[in-house]
Amino acid sequence: MALTLYEKIFNRHVVKGLEDSYLIYIDRHLIHEVTSPQAFDGIRLNKRKIWRTDSIVAVPDHNVPTLDRERGIQDPISKIQVDTLDSNCVEFGLNQFKMNDTRQGIVHVIGPEQGLTLPGMTIVCGDSHTSTHGAFGALAMGIGTSEVEHVLATQCLIVKKLKTMQINVNGQAPKFISAKDIALAIIGHIGTAGGTGYAIEFAGDAIKDLSMEGRMTLCNMAIEAGARAGMVAVDDKTINYLKDRPYVPQGELWEMAIKDWKQLVSDKDAVFDQVINLDAGLIEPQVTWGTSPEMVTSISGFIPDPNLQSGSKKKSYLQALKYMNLEPNLPISDIPVDRVFIGSCTNSRIEDLRSAAEIVKSKKVAKSIKQAMVVPGSGLVKMQAEKEGLDQIFINAGFEWRQPGCSMCLAMNADRLESGEHCASTSNRNFEGRQGQGGRTHLVSPEMAAAAAIYGKFVDIRKL
Amino acid sequence: MEKYKRHSGVVIPLDRANVDTDAIIPKQFLKSIKKTGFGKNLFDEWRYRDHGEPDQDESTRQINHEFVLNQPQYKGGTILLARENFGCGSSREHAPWAILDYGIRTIIAPSFADIFYSNCFKNGILPITLSEELTQNFFEKSLNIAKFSLEIDLQHQKVIDGETSYHFDIDDFKKYCLLEGLDDIGLTLKNENDIQLFESQYKKNYPWLIRE
Repeated sequence: MALTLYEKIFNRHVVKGLEDSYLIYIDRHLIHEVTSPQAFDGIRLNKRKIWRTDSIVAVPDHNVPTLDRERGIQDPISKIQVDTLDSNCVEFGLNQFKMNDTRQGIVHVIGPEQGLTLPGMTIVCGDSHTSTHGAFGALAMGIGTSEVEHVLATQCLIVKKLKTMQINVNGQAPKFISAKDIALAIIGHIGTAGGTGYAIEFAGDAIKDLSMEGRMTLCNMAIEAGARAGMVAVDDKTINYLKDRPYVPQGELWEMAIKDWKQLVSDKDAVFDQVINLDAGLIEPQVTWGTSPEMVTSISGFIPDPNLQSGSKKKSYLQALKYMNLEPNLPISDIPVDRVFIGSCTNSRIEDLRSAAEIVKSKKVAKSIKQAMVVPGSGLVKMQAEKEGLDQIFINAGFEWRQPGCSMCLAMNADRLESGEHCASTSNRNFEGRQGQGGRTHLVSPEMAAAAAIYGKFVDIRKL
Repeated sequence: MEKYKRHSGVVIPLDRANVDTDAIIPKQFLKSIKKTGFGKNLFDEWRYRDHGEPDQDESTRQINHEFVLNQPQYKGGTILLARENFGCGSSREHAPWAILDYGIRTIIAPSFADIFYSNCFKNGILPITLSEELTQNFFEKSLNIAKFSLEIDLQHQKVIDGETSYHFDIDDFKKYCLLEGLDDIGLTLKNENDIQLFESQYKKNYPWLIRE
């Protein structure tokens, strides 16, 4: 029988069929400081053991400061959380990249970077953006803390089989159209709940053309379309990216592995529960205007008029425009921009920084911009960028060059918007208060964010 | 986990679509390493007019009287009525912890986001999916009838509104765990031998994934 990629991976992990769900085996468990302490408490309280400590890798990322980290964490409550991760890792004998380790970074950046993410794996993490790892032909899902505890204790997860959706992005993406624009265009098309209950496989020429970094950006945003898992089939790019990374199998095992990985594609005749086709050639640079990632349009667009909508959509649009303090029919290019954030598990990899630097090169941040910051996704991304001189390009232009972490994507550390400020952000969520209470987020690609910093507003990067 | 069998309570109508977990419990409260104490900060940015921080004295906060939780007729409500795609966004289980800590045991909506939905069951909260029409009907009633209440009978999968009752769907396993207040880790560990057996075969098939 012809199988989809999702079904192939799912089937090889079924330990047991349960009444109306399955017990599936988990290969990789990534852990960070925010969603794990209560899970470790549960293990202790019930006197349970961790099933397979070598499947686990931990890293602090949400709370860590991005400035003067060497001085330690100043916020006492954040410090307790990071210290708790440290002590849990010591107590249970877990591998951790600690805050001042060069390999530290955002959990979804370091997984692939270290080769901890491999094709065919089931990967979980107490973080919804775990979908990122699906870019490697893996089944990667975000889970809650109870499930973190469940995986710690049993190496398994109780799941229902997801429905399958294939999103074909056909043709060639025009110049300056990045994976972020493709992701936002897809979400604009199917809506923020369009993928609920599905595993999405991204396919088509425009997806094949994407680098691994681009595919990670795309799969990262699958959850913003409601899908717990996003994935892309394995090809030579996948294998070339992984070769010789620290945790990737070597020698004979590598040869065995790549033979297996090459089968991790959907069969030609595989049937998906839903198929969606998009033309890459029609995608323009995207900018969100509201408080949900589906509230998105292109740089040549306008703020929509809620009165042209009905029912709950109209209500949502009215609430969003009130919060964003934007008027219907305003051109996107007239939205004020106060701050610029380049970073997050969506767009903080080396390729993102290169393309943003390309726009910034020999220019200056506009005077009207209060702050423009670049937060690399990991210590290794930061090092690579510095080797290439990207840090100097940003610093010379007036950007702040920070230390790696989640930073202003969710503003759990000191990096945040002030109430009322508009931010051009390469992150993944424009929810109310996400980047700081009262803050107003506009999701864009790294190139669009960089250009917004230079021109003080959203501009069409295709016309620069 | 507390058993969930029958439950009745005042309905709190939260008239917004796509309520995300950032709104349910903002990030600054996720720094706690406990599972309790989040109730006072449930919907913090909507419930108060000032910025909240963990360990703040709640009596000094500026209440937003327009927000539904602060309206006297919904005080003590234990059934949250919401719109589509409730609980989208971050996987933070602090969201159901905050809802439970506030005293809400049941959420009714036309649809839920996947991760949030499954997190509810792990904490003794019952999320009930009902049609748009029916939720709209309950919205109208809870806005117009003082102390409008519903009764939930999980065993028979019914939402009871006075003389009328409505069926809802739920997975048998999830229902069983809720009714019995069971921790599913204990249940999974009953399959310990199956997991070990699977693991040893899996090691042979994919030796690069589990190293000795």
